[in-house]
Amino acid sequence: MTTEVAAVRIPAGGLRHELRAASVVWQREMIRFSRDRARVVSSLVQPVLFLFVLGGGLSSIVQAGTGSVDFKTFLFPGVLATSVLFTAAFAGISMVWDREFGFLREMLVAPVSTAAILTGKCVGGATVATLQSLVLLALAGTVGVPYDVVMLLELVGLLFLMAFMITALGLLLASRVKTIQAAMPMVQLIITPLMFLSGALFPLSGLPGWLTVLTHVNPMTYAVEPMRSVVFARLDTDAATLAAFDPGIHWGDYRVSLGLQVLVVVLACLLLLTAAVARFARTE
Amino acid sequence: MGEQVAAAVRVRGLVKRYKEVEAVRGIDLDVVPGETFGFLGPNGAGKSTTIKILCTLVEATEGTAQVAGFDVARDRDAVRRRIGLVFQEPTLDAYLTGEQNLRFHGELYGVDRSTAAARREEVLQMVGLWDRRRDAVQTYSGGMRRRLEIARGLLHSPQVLFLDEPTIGLDPQTRASIWEYIRELHRREDITVFVTTHYMDEAENCDRIAIMNEGRIVALDTPEALKRAIGKDRVVITTDDDGAAIASLREQFEIEAAVHEGAVSFAVTDGAAFVPQLFARLDVPIHSVSVTRPSLDDVFLAHTGTTIRDAERGGGNPFAIMARGR
Ligand SMILES: Nc1ncnc2c1ncn2[C@@H]1O[C@H](COP(=O)(O)OP(=O)(O)OP(=O)(O)O)[C@@H](O)[C@H]1O
Ligand SMILES: [Mg+2]
Repeated sequence: MTTEVAAVRIPAGGLRHELRAASVVWQREMIRFSRDRARVVSSLVQPVLFLFVLGGGLSSIVQAGTGSVDFKTFLFPGVLATSVLFTAAFAGISMVWDREFGFLREMLVAPVSTAAILTGKCVGGATVATLQSLVLLALAGTVGVPYDVVMLLELVGLLFLMAFMITALGLLLASRVKTIQAAMPMVQLIITPLMFLSGALFPLSGLPGWLTVLTHVNPMTYAVEPMRSVVFARLDTDAATLAAFDPGIHWGDYRVSLGLQVLVVVLACLLLLTAAVARFARTE
Repeated sequence: MGEQVAAAVRVRGLVKRYKEVEAVRGIDLDVVPGETFGFLGPNGAGKSTTIKILCTLVEATEGTAQVAGFDVARDRDAVRRRIGLVFQEPTLDAYLTGEQNLRFHGELYGVDRSTAAARREEVLQMVGLWDRRRDAVQTYSGGMRRRLEIARGLLHSPQVLFLDEPTIGLDPQTRASIWEYIRELHRREDITVFVTTHYMDEAENCDRIAIMNEGRIVALDTPEALKRAIGKDRVVITTDDDGAAIASLREQFEIEAAVHEGAVSFAVTDGAAFVPQLFARLDVPIHSVSVTRPSLDDVFLAHTGTTIRDAERGGGNPFAIMARGR
């Protein structure tokens, strides 16, 4: 037998302890991510198809009106956002698996706040989704997006923020569904509309009024638009192309500034996380 | 330290209602620091519900409970820091290795980093998993997983360890070794163990046991005292016609017998002296007779109206085991 260790000491709460707890939850996400290469590769298939097949197919039609910019270039930030959307949503929903296999209970009975645990989950989901999107970012040059370091860093930051928000949304959904079977339809029901109503895959300017309202309450709209602005700022385009491809978000006559868009996403992160914490703290 | 003198577990008038089901119907309980306290009862008696309340996972409908001197409703985190838990259902991450599961737990509980690694080794050595620490839990057998959960429950040096059916589904050897760990624990650390089980032979390992039935505690004492209180020996006979034997016992001796586990079983004050009369006066041919001093099984039968194995079968429901995984 080993030398006996006197009883170990554990702290009476405090911020440092909360941070340690959040960080180990994050580490677990990293370990699982590194073990699951197959999922990493397979989840890149859909965005690549969107970019090259959908983008390639549509670019010949769309080309007509918008001389200087390829449709694939337009699509690039949107495809980054969709890839992050699905990965992050899955990271959040994975809490349903944790519940099913009992590990959620191990986390929820620990002497730390539910907020610390869920924050760790969100940062974990955001890290995984952002890491994955780096592969797509590397393809920028193939669709006419320049490798501008500042732009790439801005995109990574925006992707991370969006992924955090979507993971929090996934957690909130996971607090409502109790079984794995119910989790997948949930993704279809909630996540897919978020994608289509966000401007990720086509400009929102042509939509009828009632759909425009939906796009305006979709938090993902405010995550996609900054990414597109960041990319288009580095392109050499004319005003007409910009108006067609990057019309911006308008609340009535007010064109929402980039800073405000990011603020909306930050607020959505906090709101969704708080709601998820409230629901998980009450389970069982 | 003031909290040392406090009862390890103190429960008063505890009630838990789930919509229509009244799982716990008013129980009182005091567990002395340092003892191994057994919690017995048929399926659905409310054992797990009680444990969940004590470990702050479920809120009581009525009544109060203190663990290690802290109120489970008001001082949740203080209680959580002082208890170790092994639930009836598994709660490991099978994708992580054994050691990673423990590391996760240590960080989550904020175990002091300078001693964490040594403590991990100590608990893993104790349950004999040190050599397998680098393997994913997926590759562990059921018994190894259970041992890992016990090691994890001990990692943060809890004052009270709750074990909800730690030996269910394990082979006799593994069961014995788990009880060996529990005894070893008392030698090494200052710990109270609160354990539920369905195995009567295991209950003999406890300092005191409580028998719970339909949400109430129906008996609470040392195993010896409970057996003594029964006072009667158990006679089990096999016959050609169990129905006729039961009827004849009622006519001839005014004894109420019942069929348990395929044999006619009844209790009498002095079993050895009763056997000759039995052969002389029972109208049914007897194949075999056995007389036993009261066992915990009899205690259980006397208090719950069913033997633990009949209770285990739960009406022969094969899904009972599957439901456990939930
Ligand atoms: N979450 C819940 N919702 C509704 N009813 C519940 C819930 N949990 C337990 N019950 C009910 O409470 C009663 C007691 O259940 P409990 O799990 O405490 O029994 P137990 O003594 O642990 O049984 P077992 O030996 O089968 O583990 C049962 O009737 C059960 O159906
Ligand atoms: Mg139980």
